[in-house]
Amino acid sequence: MSERRRPTASTYAVLAIPVALLTVFFLIPFGMMLAASFYHRISGGFYEPAFELDSWRRLFSQVFIERAGFSIGISLLAGAVCIAIAFPFTYFLTRMRRRPHVALLILVLSALSLSEVIVGFTWSVLLGRAAGLSNILVWLGLMDEAVAYQPSFLAVLLGLSYIAFPYCVLTLYPSLTRLDREVTEAAQTLGASPWRTFWTVVVPISRPIILAGFLLVFVFTLGSYLIAAILGRPEHWTLSVFISDQASFNANVPFAAAMAIFLTALSLLVVGIVTLIESRTRSLA
Amino acid sequence: MRALKWSVTAFTIVFLVAPLLVVAVVSINENRYMDFPPEGFSIAWYSALWTDPAWRSAIVRSLVIAAASAAFATAVATPLAYVLRAYRIRLSPLLFSLGIIPFMLPPVITALGMQVFWNATGHVGRIENVIIAHGIFFSTLPLIAIALAMETMDPSLREAAQTLGANPRTTFRTVTFPLLVPSMITGYAAAFVLSLNEYIISFLVAGFSVETLPIKIFNSLRYGFTPTIASVTIVFIVVAATVFTFSALFGNLLRFLGADPATLERNQA
Repeated sequence: MSERRRPTASTYAVLAIPVALLTVFFLIPFGMMLAASFYHRISGGFYEPAFELDSWRRLFSQVFIERAGFSIGISLLAGAVCIAIAFPFTYFLTRMRRRPHVALLILVLSALSLSEVIVGFTWSVLLGRAAGLSNILVWLGLMDEAVAYQPSFLAVLLGLSYIAFPYCVLTLYPSLTRLDREVTEAAQTLGASPWRTFWTVVVPISRPIILAGFLLVFVFTLGSYLIAAILGRPEHWTLSVFISDQASFNANVPFAAAMAIFLTALSLLVVGIVTLIESRTRSLA
Repeated sequence: MRALKWSVTAFTIVFLVAPLLVVAVVSINENRYMDFPPEGFSIAWYSALWTDPAWRSAIVRSLVIAAASAAFATAVATPLAYVLRAYRIRLSPLLFSLGIIPFMLPPVITALGMQVFWNATGHVGRIENVIIAHGIFFSTLPLIAIALAMETMDPSLREAAQTLGANPRTTFRTVTFPLLVPSMITGYAAAFVLSLNEYIISFLVAGFSVETLPIKIFNSLRYGFTPTIASVTIVFIVVAATVFTFSALFGNLLRFLGADPATLERNQA
C-alpha cells in the first residue's frame, strides 16, 4: 500500500468493531484485575470490593521475592541456552539448500505447535525412570540401574529451553535470511577463515537481534506454566504457576492479581526494550 | 566450520526429536505401563482415543474451541489490520499494539483477567468464555499476517481497478480482499493450532467444567500414566507437521516467516 487514504465515517465504523471487542474483552478485564488486586479476600474463595494494600504488601514477602527471583533467573538461563544453540543453527539453516531448509523449518514449527503439557510429558518420560534415557543406558550396559532425572532444576531448564527454542529460531530467522552472502564472502576473500568470519562479522552484525531474541525468550519462558508444574518440585515453580495456584486452588484472587500486575510490568519493560532495540537497528540500516 | 555446522544441526535435530521418539515407542507398547525396551506392539492406545468417550469428548471440545476461536480471532484482526494499513488513522500505532499486547504478555495475565471478568458477570464455566478468551489472545497472529500482506501489496493493482472505473467498495471486494485471503488462512491456521494446545487460559477461565484436551492430558498425568497420553501426543505432532508441510508446499511459508526472497535465493545458490 503506497498512499494511505483519508478515513471516512464508515472507516471509523469498521474500525470500531475490533477496537470495541478488544476493549471489552481485554482492557476492561485487565482493569478489573487491577481493581481486584486491591479487593478484600473473604475466606471461601470470594472477594469483595475494598481498597486494601494487603495483597501488594505481600509482594514484598520473602516467599514472593524468592519465587520472582527464581522465575527471572531460570528464564534468563533458558534464554541464554536457547540463543547459544538457536543462533548458529538458524544461521546455518538460512544457508542450506531449499529442501533441507524447508524440512528443518517444518521440524521447528512442529515443535512450536506442541502443547506445553505434551512437552512436559515427553521430557518427563525421557528423564524418568520407567522408559527414559537411563533405561537406554542400562539396556546398552552403560549403567547398572535406571534413575530418575526429574523432577529437578535441570529438567525444568531443559523443558523451558525446548518450548522456547522454536520461538527463538523464528525471531532470528527474518534478519538472518537478510544477511547477504556477499558480506561473509567479502570477509573470506580478504583471507578470513569461515570460523573467524562467523565470530568477527556475523555475530557482531547480529548483536541487536541476538539481544532481542534473548529477551523475547525470556518473556516467553516467564509465562510458562506447565513445564515447571510437571518437571519441577514446588521450589522450582515459576511466577505463572504461583499466580494460577493462588487464583484457583488457594482461591486468593486479590493476591494473584497483584502478582499478575507485577508480571505485566516486568514483561512490558522487557518488550519495550526489545522494541527500542529493533527501531534503533532499523534506523541504522 | 563444516564440522560445526553439522554438529549444531545434528544436535538440534536430536534435541527436538529425542523426547518425541521416546513417546512414540511408549505409545505402541502393549503393556499398560511404561517400559523400555517396549514389550509387544499394539495400536490399542490409538483406537482408545476415539472409543473412550472421555477422550473423544475432550478432543471434540478442543476442536470446536479451536475452530470457533480462530474464526473470532480472524474476525477481530481483519478489519483492524485493513483499516490501520489502508487509512491514515490517528493513534494508529497505539491501536495496532492493542491487538499485539495480549499475545506479548504471559498468557496467565489474560487468563486471570478473563476469570475476574466472567466471575463479575456471573456467566461462569461456559465454553463460549474460553472461545472468546482464546479469540482475543490469538487475534495477534492473523493481525500480523494480514498487516504484513497489506504492507507488501502492490499498490498498482488497486490503482488499476480504480482507473478501470471501480469504486472503493468494488475495489476492496474484487481486488484487496481476495489478495488478503491467503494471509487470513495462514493467521487462522496459526490461531487454530495454538488454541488447540493452550492450557492456562482454558484452565483459569473454565477449567473445572470445560475439559479441553490439554486439561484432560494434564489431569490424567496427575492420576498416573496411561499410554493414551503418548498416543494423543503422537497424533498431535503428525497433525501439526502435516499442516505446516501443506502450507510450505502450497502457501508461501518462508515468506510468512519473514524470509527475504531475493537474499534467500542468492544465499542458497
